[in-house]
Amino acid sequence: MRNHSVSIEVNGTRRTAEVEPRLLLVHFLRDTLGLTGTNIGCDTSQCGACTVLMDGHAVKSCTVLTVQADGAAVTTIEGLAQDGKLHPVQEAFWEKHGLQCGFCTPGMILTACELLQKKSKPTEAEIRHGLEGNLCRCTGYHNIVASVEEAARRMRGNRA
Amino acid sequence: MASRIFGSGIKRREDPRLITGQAKYTDDLTLPGMTHMAVVRSPYAHAKIKAIRTKKAASMPGVVAVFTGKEMEAAGFKPIPCAWVVPGSETKTPPYPAIATEVVRYVGNAVAIVIAEDRYRARDAADAVEVDYEPLPAVVDAYQATQKGAPRLHADVPDNICFHWKVSGGDVEAAFRSADVVVRDTIRNQRLIPNAMEPRAVLAHYASGGGELTVWATTQNPHILRFLLSVDTGLPEHKIRVIAPEVGGGFGSKIPHYPEDSIAVFASKKTGRPVKWTETRSENYQATIHGRDHIQEVEMAAKKDGTIVGLRAKVWANLGAYLSTASTGIPTILHGLMLSGVYAIPNIHEDVYGVFTNTTPVDAYRGAGRPEATFLIERLVDLLAGKLAMDPAELRRKNFIPPFTDGHGVATGITYDSGNYPAALDKAMKMADYPALRKKQADLRKKGEYLGIGLSTYAEICGLGPSQVAGAVGFGGGLWESAIVRFHPSGKVNVMVGVSPHGQGEETTFAQIVASELGVPVEDVEVLHGDTDQTPMGWGTYGSRTTAVGSGAIMGAVGKIKEKAKAVTAHLLEAAVEDIEYGDGKFFVKGSPDKAKTIQDVALMANVAWNMPKGLEPGLEASAFFDPPNFVYPFGAHIAVVRVDAETGEVRLERYIAVDDCGKVINPMIVEGQIHGGIAQGVAQALWEGAAYDENGQLLTASMMDYAVPKAGFLPKFELGMTETPTSVNPLGVKGIGETGTIASTPAVYNAVLDALAPLKVSSIDMPLTPERVWRAIAQAKGA
Repeated sequence: MRNHSVSIEVNGTRRTAEVEPRLLLVHFLRDTLGLTGTNIGCDTSQCGACTVLMDGHAVKSCTVLTVQADGAAVTTIEGLAQDGKLHPVQEAFWEKHGLQCGFCTPGMILTACELLQKKSKPTEAEIRHGLEGNLCRCTGYHNIVASVEEAARRMRGNRA
Repeated sequence: MASRIFGSGIKRREDPRLITGQAKYTDDLTLPGMTHMAVVRSPYAHAKIKAIRTKKAASMPGVVAVFTGKEMEAAGFKPIPCAWVVPGSETKTPPYPAIATEVVRYVGNAVAIVIAEDRYRARDAADAVEVDYEPLPAVVDAYQATQKGAPRLHADVPDNICFHWKVSGGDVEAAFRSADVVVRDTIRNQRLIPNAMEPRAVLAHYASGGGELTVWATTQNPHILRFLLSVDTGLPEHKIRVIAPEVGGGFGSKIPHYPEDSIAVFASKKTGRPVKWTETRSENYQATIHGRDHIQEVEMAAKKDGTIVGLRAKVWANLGAYLSTASTGIPTILHGLMLSGVYAIPNIHEDVYGVFTNTTPVDAYRGAGRPEATFLIERLVDLLAGKLAMDPAELRRKNFIPPFTDGHGVATGITYDSGNYPAALDKAMKMADYPALRKKQADLRKKGEYLGIGLSTYAEICGLGPSQVAGAVGFGGGLWESAIVRFHPSGKVNVMVGVSPHGQGEETTFAQIVASELGVPVEDVEVLHGDTDQTPMGWGTYGSRTTAVGSGAIMGAVGKIKEKAKAVTAHLLEAAVEDIEYGDGKFFVKGSPDKAKTIQDVALMANVAWNMPKGLEPGLEASAFFDPPNFVYPFGAHIAVVRVDAETGEVRLERYIAVDDCGKVINPMIVEGQIHGGIAQGVAQALWEGAAYDENGQLLTASMMDYAVPKAGFLPKFELGMTETPTSVNPLGVKGIGETGTIASTPAVYNAVLDALAPLKVSSIDMPLTPERVWRAIAQAKGA
């Protein structure tokens, strides 16, 4: 099988590469670009640890072929903080102890980013529903929900 | 301890690297020339290996080498050692080869490995390795495995019984003879799959020139891994460096020394290149240890007034196909000794049979033995309450060990450190508004709706533990901890510890301890762990021991630093050392607080050593070891409120109230986080999780699609409360909190569901309480 040339904007920088057609986006990010902040927690698209934003939408990068991302803009956890300042969702996870081992955290944060883009004041039930594609084994979700609530408050405050 | 840092919920210093993606887990690491390993695994639960053909795989593009177990044996690698053999139980320890050579004994058993230039090519070639098997009959159930005619796993283990362990106290026969009532149950404490979010990984680099081995691994205990690697690889311990980089959760599943650890070392030795192996989640389900899996026949004897007089149990503990590192200690020492829980039960007897089956090895999973004990006793107490028509809270209170602070001996022979069980129950009932809940339940029952209220009052043994006891119960190591506190010339501090936290936040809590004790800003303290070359020997993070034991070592080092600082201060201020006092970060002359040196002043002088007291060594650094005189026994009371839909069998957890007591609290935010996570895992055992094998030994729940790790929407917010009963076992009076939530919550939720169904006379359902099982139990009860 011949390789394909792809051009993907990753965290604001255009990256081009020749890739195998079967190369998963998550392996492109981790192994080709060295962006290891995106984690792999399963092989059946359940856990959401590998979630990144593709053209603004949260996707599981273990279920996207690199060639499918050709021409897209991808944001990984490494690209979320701007000019050395944490994103409000990152700040809220830190503030509310929304992480323990941290392995699910990059995916959880990026999923929360999309959730809060769609809904600026989600209810607890909406947050829990919105996070159903992301598994955490450490926190029992209690403080993750609190973190997303806190992030929503901060983001509304920023807009005001 | 005057400082406000101790006891405050400051934000974790671990987090910035974790929320920005800068943290490095094992699979994130790359070395020059690194290769990737894939493991060929058995699809059969029990089979003879007739032939392994590797030629085709070896010739595929990008493949460096293909190896089988015979080559590993020929290279001098020994079987994986079991590190806990409980005395007096006639334990059989059949060999556990890292790669099977003659017989495979569970689905997932390694049979060959492929080393390739990248992970895709390694996987491709692994699929091209051809293995001929001759299937053998398999057995997966621990009780059935002990019956006549069951397939035998190991030639020298008749009836598949690995051990028979007993614990006794008082006269249980007499207690049952004299009892007014006896309640019985058969409990399946089902097999669970730990599911740490980070799968296992190992990166091994053997440098043949000097014979040094470096291993990066997803381990909870790098020093133990180094020790055990020295046993099976044959490399000397001082030439082995084990590093646990960022580790993405463990819950016990990253305690063991696994076959892949030494396989990667073997492959690196053979190829002369670094070798990385990262488990897929599918492999994780088959090849990382499972937990629990007990069949328990249990009975409790009591007087008419509810006084419990005896407890008897017979347990078949499934060990899987081979003995994992700590496997035999879990269903014995960590289970049987806690059998009477928080109750004064004078007469106890338990027989535990450890049994080999054609399943994934079973070892420590969060709680490890204590959930199996707590569920047993908490279930029987509820059955007794039902039989005597007593309120379960009242029955518990009647049988509680009264409050104690200086130790309390129980019938199994151990001595709890401190406890106040009625206080925890009172608080939980108040938080839940228990009378109002009972009223609500009665009202709803009139309407044909099923609300259930479940209690669980527990104590658990953790903070493992006194090394002398570890030796006496057959644990193959010590259980002390060590720490080095090192002041740099600028007054900044490094603390090196032998424990190895992986999400529990001790980089923060340990810094809080040192900052509070020595008056340095908390941000000036950096805690280092997880590297055998960088940290002093220690036994790792498990059994809720990291803070309970590790803080003792830190306090020892802090004490030595204070003594030395006093000597330096006395010299600089030309005072007698006996006249130097310490307070709020300053060493001062008694009565003249303005004549003082800060710890930073002392650190600078000690490090430059221009003007030191005669005979005193330069430097401000201390090392200490701490071996606790006893275990610690945190306790608490949990209350679950559930709704059961009798039409569908669906259970909804409406409220969860947890009151826990872990002694002194260093960081309440972190303590609460530990409790939250523990509760979620315990609730999941009651309601959703359970590993299932078919009769041929195929794992049916072999992915996250089939095994119900809870999602955010399954759970409510938890309502937490604390009581504080310090322990005298360690200098800070702290107990462990890592496992209490898991231990307490399974019976609380189970009891709630059965309480909801009490009007329907349902008294037992196997966990997990899935809608189907609940619905069937209701249908059966209605039909009966």
